[in-house]
Amino acid sequence: MTITVDVEHRLGAFRLDTSFESAGPLTALFGPSGSGKTSLINLIAGLIHPDAGRIEVGGRVLVDTGTGTFVPKHRRRIGYVFQDARLFPHLTVRQNLNYGRFFTPRVDRHADFAAVVELLGIGHLLERRPGQLSGGEKQRVAIGRALVASPKLILMDEPLASLDDARKAEIMPYIERLRDETGTPIVYVSHSVAEVARLATDVVVLKDGKVADHGRTSDVLQQPGNLPRAERGEAGAVLLTTVEAHDDAYDMTLLRSAAGIIRVPRLPVRTGTGVRLHIRARDVLVATERQRGLSALNVLAGTVSAIGSRSGPLVEVRIDCNGEAILSRITRQSLDALGLQPGKAVFAVVKSVAFDQDGGPTGASFEGE
Amino acid sequence: MEWLDLTPEEWTAVRLSIKVSTWATIASLPAGLLIAHLLARKEFWGKSILNGIVHLPLILPPVVTGYLLLLTFGRRGPAGSFLDACCGIVLSFRWTGAALACGIMAFPLMVRAIRLSIEAVDRRLEAAAGTLGANPAFVFATITLPLILPGILAGMILAFAKAMGEFGATITFVSNIPGETQTLPTAIYTLTQVPGGESGALRLTLVSIAIAMAALIASEIVARRIGRRIDPA
Repeated sequence: MTITVDVEHRLGAFRLDTSFESAGPLTALFGPSGSGKTSLINLIAGLIHPDAGRIEVGGRVLVDTGTGTFVPKHRRRIGYVFQDARLFPHLTVRQNLNYGRFFTPRVDRHADFAAVVELLGIGHLLERRPGQLSGGEKQRVAIGRALVASPKLILMDEPLASLDDARKAEIMPYIERLRDETGTPIVYVSHSVAEVARLATDVVVLKDGKVADHGRTSDVLQQPGNLPRAERGEAGAVLLTTVEAHDDAYDMTLLRSAAGIIRVPRLPVRTGTGVRLHIRARDVLVATERQRGLSALNVLAGTVSAIGSRSGPLVEVRIDCNGEAILSRITRQSLDALGLQPGKAVFAVVKSVAFDQDGGPTGASFEGE
Repeated sequence: MEWLDLTPEEWTAVRLSIKVSTWATIASLPAGLLIAHLLARKEFWGKSILNGIVHLPLILPPVVTGYLLLLTFGRRGPAGSFLDACCGIVLSFRWTGAALACGIMAFPLMVRAIRLSIEAVDRRLEAAAGTLGANPAFVFATITLPLILPGILAGMILAFAKAMGEFGATITFVSNIPGETQTLPTAIYTLTQVPGGESGALRLTLVSIAIAMAALIASEIVARRIGRRIDPA
């Protein structure tokens, strides 16, 4: 299902002038705070009326200021997961979950209450009230509430932003399952590189109310300019891999990608499963010849395809490994010492430890089989 | 303790007072909700004028309010003659007129309590209900209304208490007719004006205190129960 947005909207001194089209299934709206991400999904949800423009979801025109079309929010059938959950305090979890179902036309009620409860692991919470839930539980119920209404599109406004890392790690797998199992497209607002790398299939980068870049996640995250300065080190390649085998002797998992086999600490998934691997540029070393006596397990052969801006002490080097682009972040000093230039044959070296799952929510994530 | 036994006339005044106050409270609730909602949520031309009119009975001398009611709803007043001609409703010198006077005097208190509770509702919850498919009327019925119940209750209790004590507007508009318009305050006033009426006045005073206390305690219990339902943490 395609989402087409082309809107202009003024909020005080801030001007949103955005146009993009995305097929998903999970499109991230990515950018620093104040870049217009939340305004944009409020426009899609119908909470704001744009000054001018057009919004179309799955062939249905929701807004067209040219023809005076504006579908009110309660007729859009768009599930909205708010950053602050916004559960109804006077209703139980079960009543919260069922709230939207009541308003869904009978023929469109395809969501299965039991399946949603199972997907989100909230069966034991049904008779509680929101005041008795933890932050992570509230957010899961909020996702469930949007799902049970059988929406045609799900909007998520930084659903993890107010949670600590442990709670984030608790919820992310549910969002992945949502992306891969329900078939409902998702628009996900975030300013976290780690979340976007792990969850998004498409990324729209917003800056000052305008689209700065837009494309598949692996392409967009390779451009350090798309990332906030503090997170430039998080820039990197996103590789789509499949589980080749498990190495029981060393507790490792072998992932097959176009760039070659990559060994990572054991992942709890079956052989053949798709795994999305985020290789941060700062975790990639560059060698001009195959090294011996090296602890790093992953050495991928390739050629330098591009070298980033030389303005600071650090430089991004893009290495083409059999069609897959790997990004490395090295010092300008090393760049000159190795004499790197486009076309030069090199080896990209990645420590398997870089994919340690305990290191936080980055690294590998699982796709459906 | 025989002096505590109410005479039939005094019983009549107590029953009438409760009837008048109950009707005044219930009948003014829909309008109170509507106007509180308008004042809390809408911006429109003449909002401060509406706000002023609603609060006027609080500021004006009650006798003035009662006299204005007499001019408007009296048999020869514009509204009074219309109601009499079209539906045979007569308000002046009837208990229904007493209920109208009490309702109007209590109205600002009710509107104020409900308005404050509507302003305290988190509008983001209403937006969330909207995205789930609820139209504005459903949002009000299923989200706003349950959340403002404590405010509505407080407004009704205040209005009831005010109606029980209303004197000036009532006696001006519907006079002080035993069995028809003589409420607790007017009955107490009458008893203090006649020789030997002191014990009757004292009995009715005690009844007034008992009713007021019962209303307050009842509202406290209900408010606590609603509060537990809304926020159990």
